[in-house]
Amino acid sequence: MTVHIPTPLRPYAGKEAAIDVPAATVGEALSRLVERHPDLRRHLYGEEGKLRSFVNVYLNDEDVRYLQREATPVKEGDALSIVPSIAGGR
Amino acid sequence: MAKPATLSMPPEPILSNEEILRYSRHLIMPEVGMEGQQRLKAARVLCVGAGGLGSPLALYLAAAGVGTLGLVDFDVVDVTNLQRQIIHSTADIGRKKLDSAAERLRGVNPHVDVRTFETRLTSDNALQIVRDFDIVVDGTDNFPTRYLVNDACVLTGKLNVYGSIFRFEGQVSVFAAKDGPCYRCLYPEPPPPGLVPSCAEGGVLGILPGLVGVMQATEAVKLILGRGEPLVGRLLLVDALGMRFRELKLRKNPECPVCGPRPTITRLVDYEEFCGVRGEEAQAEAGRVPEIQVEELKRRLDAGEDVFLLDVREPHEVAICGLGGHLIPLGDIPKRAHELDSSRPIVAYCRSGMRSAKAVAFLRQAGFRKVRNLAGGILAWADRIDRSMPKY
Repeated sequence: MTVHIPTPLRPYAGKEAAIDVPAATVGEALSRLVERHPDLRRHLYGEEGKLRSFVNVYLNDEDVRYLQREATPVKEGDALSIVPSIAGGR
Repeated sequence: MAKPATLSMPPEPILSNEEILRYSRHLIMPEVGMEGQQRLKAARVLCVGAGGLGSPLALYLAAAGVGTLGLVDFDVVDVTNLQRQIIHSTADIGRKKLDSAAERLRGVNPHVDVRTFETRLTSDNALQIVRDFDIVVDGTDNFPTRYLVNDACVLTGKLNVYGSIFRFEGQVSVFAAKDGPCYRCLYPEPPPPGLVPSCAEGGVLGILPGLVGVMQATEAVKLILGRGEPLVGRLLLVDALGMRFRELKLRKNPECPVCGPRPTITRLVDYEEFCGVRGEEAQAEAGRVPEIQVEELKRRLDAGEDVFLLDVREPHEVAICGLGGHLIPLGDIPKRAHELDSSRPIVAYCRSGMRSAKAVAFLRQAGFRKVRNLAGGILAWADRIDRSMPKY
């Protein structure tokens, strides 16, 4: 599946905008992603290894918090988007 | 189809003949027509921030005939604003943004009642200011103010037209509509300070706030007209580099502390504290790294003393200007520290001294005893040593 990396996190993901990972669940896709790009870990996960609350993860157009969170099954062709909060406006 | 969010409005005002002619391209469209134009004239929209997003959206709302436009800002026009803040012009540098923006808006449309609030929006004044408006358009640039705008809108029942930008990316949505989600439903908590760079640190494509601000203006106008499908319960992601637009579903969080059925936030709180901004200052104090002033560096270089200059900026910044030396971008320091000789005195520098302070903190931890940060960076060098050095 494809994981879309937002601009603020690209410096920690080898400057890539989208990364393909083999995975059966959302959690697995994210694990594969941070294995490949360890610098991403602290941006996605808190101290206790839980996804940070200001990092939203969407499977296609649905927030995984309203699916089965990291246990949500995924299939080939699905898109996972990491949507961090940004605040710029001036 | 989503139901348009409804606005309660004062009685419809009469349009003069001059106004009818001015708005003729609106009046001949059935979606606006006379009634819609009167609704626009009756509408009161508050723009928080007269900067990147505020510039295009206020201009279009004024041109469209929104009757009352409020502007909240406390800044003055700086030359670096002009790359994107199109409501201000070169002659306005040094003027209050409110003066410059209000003059421009009245020039665009003298029928608009422009009301200015020269202040930072705070927990003490937000409810008072927001009360006299129907819609709030959020064009601010920091997390504390975004949560403040959201909570003030939820608590007073005002629609919050949200837009946010970073480099080439933007987000747009409409929060706090009846039965719709709010900003806290999307992001219950802010990121820790320093994790997400601001536009001043990260840069922004000058056109992007135009793109996103105009979408905010579009949503505001639709909400006023009660036409179309507003971005309630949807987050629009804009990627200007790929020129791709994606839409995500936003749900109302049943546990939302401000708009949920059992709210724990029933009045405005301390948003600086909520966003950890105060804590960050204390942390910065504790994590202070050894510094060298630009005068001292100049003296050492002139005297031919051994100084190893370490430029921690990004490669594309070197083309703008610099002090020379060895380039290792901040993000690469951990894996390239071996290129440095810990027995030599190292001075790390960047544009402003922020990134190099982080590099120094890292290198000190890694055992480099003789590394110091160039206080104020290239900006200080340009101000105090070499006036011919460009600033950026």
